[in-house]
Amino acid sequence: MKKIRTPQELEALRNSLLQQREPNKPCVRVCLGTGCRARGSVGVIEAFKDEIKRQGLEIKVDSKQTGCHGFCERGPVVVIGPKEIFYQRVKSCDVAEIVSKTLLNGKVVDRLLYVDPATGQKALYEYDVPFYKKQRRRILANNGRIDPTKIFDYIAIGGYQALAKALTTMSCEEIIDTVEKSGLRGLGGGGFPTGRKWRLCRKAAGDVKFVIGNGDEGDPGAFSDRSLMEANPHSILEGMTIGAYAIGANQGYLYVRAEYPLALKHLQIAIDQAREYGFLGNNIFSSGFDFDIKINRGGGAFVCGESSALVASIEGKMGEPRAKYVHTVERGLWNKPTNLNNVKTWASVPLIINNGADWYAKIGTEKSKGTAIFSLVGKVNNTGLVEVPMGTPLKGIIYDIGGGILEGKNFKAVQTGGPSGGCIPEELLDLPVDFERLTETGSMMGSGGMIVMDEDTCMVDVARYFLDFLQHESCGKCVPCREGIKRMLEIITDITAGRGKEEDPELLQELAEMVRDFSLCALGGTAPNTVLSTLMYFRDEYEAHVRDKKCPAGICKDLIEYFILEDKCTGCGACLKLCPQQAIQGEPKKLHMVDPAKCIRCGICRDACTFEAIMVK
Amino acid sequence: MVTLTINGTKVQAEEGSTILEVSRFYGIDIPTLCYHDELTPYGACRLCMVEVDDGKRTRLVVSCLYPVKEGIKVKTNTERVVNGRKLILELLLARCPNSKTLQDLASRMGLEKVRFKMENEDCILCGLCVRMCAEQMGSGAIGFVGRGKKREVVTPFRMASEICRNCGACMYICPAVELQCRGVKSPGELCNSCLVFTPQCLEKYGQVMCTLDSCGACVEKEEK
Repeated sequence: MKKIRTPQELEALRNSLLQQREPNKPCVRVCLGTGCRARGSVGVIEAFKDEIKRQGLEIKVDSKQTGCHGFCERGPVVVIGPKEIFYQRVKSCDVAEIVSKTLLNGKVVDRLLYVDPATGQKALYEYDVPFYKKQRRRILANNGRIDPTKIFDYIAIGGYQALAKALTTMSCEEIIDTVEKSGLRGLGGGGFPTGRKWRLCRKAAGDVKFVIGNGDEGDPGAFSDRSLMEANPHSILEGMTIGAYAIGANQGYLYVRAEYPLALKHLQIAIDQAREYGFLGNNIFSSGFDFDIKINRGGGAFVCGESSALVASIEGKMGEPRAKYVHTVERGLWNKPTNLNNVKTWASVPLIINNGADWYAKIGTEKSKGTAIFSLVGKVNNTGLVEVPMGTPLKGIIYDIGGGILEGKNFKAVQTGGPSGGCIPEELLDLPVDFERLTETGSMMGSGGMIVMDEDTCMVDVARYFLDFLQHESCGKCVPCREGIKRMLEIITDITAGRGKEEDPELLQELAEMVRDFSLCALGGTAPNTVLSTLMYFRDEYEAHVRDKKCPAGICKDLIEYFILEDKCTGCGACLKLCPQQAIQGEPKKLHMVDPAKCIRCGICRDACTFEAIMVK
Repeated sequence: MVTLTINGTKVQAEEGSTILEVSRFYGIDIPTLCYHDELTPYGACRLCMVEVDDGKRTRLVVSCLYPVKEGIKVKTNTERVVNGRKLILELLLARCPNSKTLQDLASRMGLEKVRFKMENEDCILCGLCVRMCAEQMGSGAIGFVGRGKKREVVTPFRMASEICRNCGACMYICPAVELQCRGVKSPGELCNSCLVFTPQCLEKYGQVMCTLDSCGACVEKEEK
C-alpha cells in the first residue's frame, strides 16, 4: 500500500472510502468489548455472519465488530444501522429473527429493546436510553462505531486529519498553545495541565526526548483505559504522534498491562497499520518528522501506573517510584526528558486539534474543562462506562445515568478514584465532580473508578478490603506506606473481628495522616483516603464496631448473629438441609433455630429461605 | 552558591547539594537510617523529612534528595515533622524491636512505647547493603525481591551468588546487625536505658568528663 504523504492524499482516501460505503446499507454492529464478550458476543457476531451467509445477504448487509459501547450491564449490545436501532442482551438464538425482521423488513424486535424501569417506556435508539441520553461522549464517541482492527474505519470518520493539520499547518508552539488554551488536564487522575507539561518537556535540555502513553490501569473496578485501547486505538496513536511532534520526541512507548490481551492485540494491529500507511515511521506527512511507538507490557504491579515506577519498569528495573524533585519532564526515561500522559489524555488531543481549544473548553467547570470518564460499578442498576461533562453532580451520574441503586435499596456511599479514593456520603451527592471538588471531599478523580455502595455495605469492611489490596500492591520501598498500611490493616481487621480497642480509631487517624504526608509516591500518599474518609463520614460505624461490638450493616462475620423470625418461619426445612455446619435445628412444620456456636455466618440459609424468615443482627 | 534559611538561620550552600548535606555541614542534625555519605540517596526511610517553604507553599520533603534552591526556608524540627518521625520509628520498632540502632534513635526522640503488635524481624529494608554491594563493591550480588510486605533482600533465586566475594561490606554497613538490644522486657516496651538525661558522670564527679555524648562508661568502670 502506498504511504499517505500529504493531507490531500488523506482526504482523497477518505472520500473514496466514503463513496464505497453506502450510507443506507444496513449494518450490524456487535459490541466485542470485554464485558460483552463475557456475555457471549463472540457467538452473536458469528451467528450474524452465518445467518447473513445462509440467506445470501453478503452484498446487501454489512456486519462489524466494534469496541465497548459502554452499557456493559445490558450486553451483548447490538446496534443496527442505518437507523441505529439499539438491541440489548442479544443471544445467538435471537440472530435469525433480527436478520429477517429488522435487516430485511425494517421491523423492530420488541423484546430486545431496552425498557426504562422508571417509566416502562421502550427505547428504540441508543440516544433514547437514559444511560446514554445524559452522557456527553467525546473521547468515547466513536467506540461503538468503528472496527478497532480496521484503519479504514478510523480514517472514514475523519481519523488522522488532526495529525495532518498539526504536522503541515501548525508550529510546535501553536500546538502547545492550543492544548494549553483548551484547559486539558491529565485524565489519568493527576490533573496536571497537559499543555504546561508539554511546554516544560519541550523546553527541557536534550536532543533525545520520549513520550509515554500510560495504559497501566490497575484499579479494581476501573476499565475506561482498557475500553478506549480496545475500541479506538488509533486515536491514542494519533494523539501521541501530535504530542511527540510538539515536544520534539521521536520515540514513544505505550505501557499496557499484560492482563489486557485484547487491548494489546488491538494496539499492535493499529501500530502496524499506522506504519503501513505512513502515520508512524519516517517523514510523516512529508514534514521531516520521524516517530515510532513501541508497546511495553506491564507485569501487573499496581504501582507501575505511577510515572516514575513506570519509567523504571520500561528501563528494565524494579518497578519502584523515586522522589520526583527533578521531574520526569526533565529527567525521565533513561534520564532523558520524558512526557508521560494517560491514554485518555492522548486520545483527547486529536479532538482539540480538529475542533479547537474553545470547543473543548466550552463544557466543564472553571478549572476542569472537557469531560470525565467513569467506570460506574457496584450496587447500581446500569453499570458501564460513563462520559459526562466535568461538573456533573454525583447524583446525576448515579441516579440519572446509573438508574439508581439495585433492588430499590438506599444509597450509602460512593467511592471514586479506585482503591485510593475516598468514600463520599449521601449528604455530598450534589457535589459537582471535577478534580478540585473531589479532592476537597477527601476523595479524588483517580483512574475514574466509581463504586456505588448501598445500605448493606459496612464501611469499616470496605476500608479493610481496600487496605488489603494496597498492602499487596505497595512496592514496599518506603516505610510509611509499607509498614503503615500493614498496621492500619491490622487495626481495622481487629475492629471488624470485634477485638477493637477504644483508642483504635484515634490511632488509625494518626497513622493515616502520617502515611498520607510522609509517603514517597502518590500510592502511599492517597492510600489512607478510604480510612480517612470513612473515619470522617462514617465515624459512628467505627464506634459501633469498637464500643458495642456490633456491625450495623450486618457484614462483619464476627459481630453478627443469624436468627429465625418466629412469625415468618414455616418450618419448611430448606435452611436446615443446606446448612453446612448442621447449625439449624427444628422439627418439620415447626419453628427452626440457629445454634450460634456452630453457625459460621455463611449466609446460605438466608439465601435459601423463601419466606424472609432469617435475619441478621 | 545559593542562600537559604535553615531553622531561621541564613546559610549558604553549593548548588546541587541536598538539604541533608547542607544541614549536617552546619551542624544541624537530621536523623536518617537509609542514608550514607558514599551511597546514592534512596529516600526510603522517610526519617529525614523536613518542611520546606518555597514561597508558594509549605510541604514535606525528604532532605537526603531535595536539592537546595535559592530562597527556600527549611524547618527541620516542626511538630508535624517530629511527630511523623516518631510514628515511623514506632512502626520500624514494631517490626524489629531488638535493633539497637532503632532503640537508640527511640531514646533520642523520646519515644517510649510501641502501640502496635510486635514482630521479630531483623531487616529494616533500608537498602544500604544493596547499594553498598552494587555501587562501592561493584558486585550487585544482592537485591530486593517481592513487593509490599513480601519485600526482602536476597541473592538471585535465593542461591549462593557466584559474584559475591564474601567481602562483608553488606554486614559492615547494615544498621540492624549490631549487638541486639537486650533491655526490652515486655512487648511494646522500649527500655530507654540508653537515654541518659543527666550524664552519670555529672552525678559522680560534679562535672561532665568528656566533650562528646556522655556514655556513663567511666562510672561503670569505677563501680566494677
